[in-house]
Amino acid sequence: MADIARPAALEGPQGPRPRKRFSRTNIIVYGTLIVVALYYLLPLYVMVVTSLKGMPEIRMGNIFAPPVEITFEPWVKAWSQACTGLNCDGLSRGFWNSVRITVPSVIVSIAIASVNGYALANWRFRGADVFFTILIFGAFIPYQVMLYPIVIMLREIGLYGSLWGLVIVHSIFGMPILTLLFRNYFTSLPQELFKAARVDGAGFWQIYFQIMLPMSLPIFVVAMILQVTGIWNDFLFGVIYTKPDLYPMTVQLNNIVNSVQGVKEYNVNMAATLLTGLVPLVIYFVSGKLFVRGIAAGAVKG
Amino acid sequence: MAASRPRSLLRNLNAKIAAIPMILTALVVFTGGTIWTVAYSFTKSGLLPRWQFVGLDQYERLWDSRRWLVSIENLFIYGACMLVFSFVIGFVLAALMDQKIRFENTFRTIILYPFALSFIVTGLVWQWLLNPDLGIQSVVRGMGWESFTFDPLYNAQIAIYGVLIAGLWQGTGLIMVLMLAGLRGIDQDIWKAARVDGIPTWKTYVFIIIPMMRPIFITTLVLVASSIVKVYDLIVAQTGGGPGIATEMPAKYVYDYMFGGQNLGQGFAASTMMLLAVLIVVIPWAMLEFGGRKRG
Repeated sequence: MADIARPAALEGPQGPRPRKRFSRTNIIVYGTLIVVALYYLLPLYVMVVTSLKGMPEIRMGNIFAPPVEITFEPWVKAWSQACTGLNCDGLSRGFWNSVRITVPSVIVSIAIASVNGYALANWRFRGADVFFTILIFGAFIPYQVMLYPIVIMLREIGLYGSLWGLVIVHSIFGMPILTLLFRNYFTSLPQELFKAARVDGAGFWQIYFQIMLPMSLPIFVVAMILQVTGIWNDFLFGVIYTKPDLYPMTVQLNNIVNSVQGVKEYNVNMAATLLTGLVPLVIYFVSGKLFVRGIAAGAVKG
Repeated sequence: MAASRPRSLLRNLNAKIAAIPMILTALVVFTGGTIWTVAYSFTKSGLLPRWQFVGLDQYERLWDSRRWLVSIENLFIYGACMLVFSFVIGFVLAALMDQKIRFENTFRTIILYPFALSFIVTGLVWQWLLNPDLGIQSVVRGMGWESFTFDPLYNAQIAIYGVLIAGLWQGTGLIMVLMLAGLRGIDQDIWKAARVDGIPTWKTYVFIIIPMMRPIFITTLVLVASSIVKVYDLIVAQTGGGPGIATEMPAKYVYDYMFGGQNLGQGFAASTMMLLAVLIVVIPWAMLEFGGRKRG
């Protein structure tokens, strides 16, 4: 009662002191962040602007100037006419190759890794930890050491140079991080659920499909984001384990841009580069915090 | 007791069947593949792997090769600068973002977006921006400063720093996000206590917060360091190793000798050296991490 009776004025102001809007600290903080943000945006801006200009305008003006005359021709050309060697059917081929590579790779790698994580979290068998430790160690081993043995293995099973060979490679190299991700997630689920299902007589696959899977949609989305961007951006495996007519978009982009013959058409090249970066960028902007969670999950808990 | 052995093998049979891909990957690809490459680095393999033991010949040739020495030097310059700058910049940015600012999501989204892009895209963009006839130099000259020179990629002495600019642009956002996660994990009471004691903010960061974030620093360090060793696509897209051999990297050496030069032995030896470099970073960390866990 006494508390209510006492006039508030005697207590002094409550809560944190209101910050002045233009304090010196604020100016430094926001100033720095804005400058940094502009620096980070600059390359993207340059690419967008240049890809909308015609070649004469690029030769005359500077790359930071907005286009005087907007043209979408470079985009059309990059998509359907740009040349790699003798092929002049544009980047669309690389795009569809990347789709054909990414979709099965993402599905297979996540299917394997989620079952791995589930087995490691709930059905521990002897030796499981040893394999898991080797797997995590494998994430740090430079790929270069394993490149050639994998060539031999794929050749032995007749998949070297084929789409499915590359799918296997992506599944192998995605396994350490994804398995870790799923194992940590399944371990964090309440064990009672699993035990109750066991008591009710559910088996390994039944529990996985009917209980674990429906409960872990968020982590599947995180894994998908991780894998789609990772596999889409891959260059090294694409170049080694596929044939030229199956080259993913990144490889084809590099071949288009860094080919020595002919005049450099910067507008077409930048449009092509933007097209290649579009898929991961869209995923990044749409997924927002989940993307951050994906990369942090791998790093912080690793 | 005789029956218990097959039964223990059959126990958890489904889990074991499900783990077959993992077991194969761990044993055959990761362990077997690594041992295979290390073993064949002591052979005379050329176009095809050939089991003809030649001792350390490949390694002698490797360390006599000027290109390899340049690659190693570049890796050290790039790696050291990348670690120092990305950690300093990443941490400062994270600290700024942690000041309860507005538009935090917008800033974070902008600073992290290059991380979603491939090294190929990154390399190409910065190849253009650093191109003296097209990019920053030409723009500054166009504004009237005729003698302005900024062409790192065309000057063999500093070309590797041109690659560094691109690498930092792509990778600093990741460090910032991880550091920010670390800062958010710090108990707010620590800040209150420091403020009550009248410790200046920067001192709180340097002497209290950063030591508290040691685990996340170490994990990030190992992660970034092991990815630096693998740098390949960035070089291919941005400079192709040029001018001359000024921006060659070990990973490119391996690829070129294994798949371009038809000199497998050199590729195996070079990749074994890369493995060694990574192990020097990873093993102390793993002992620290796992040794500590066992004690605790």
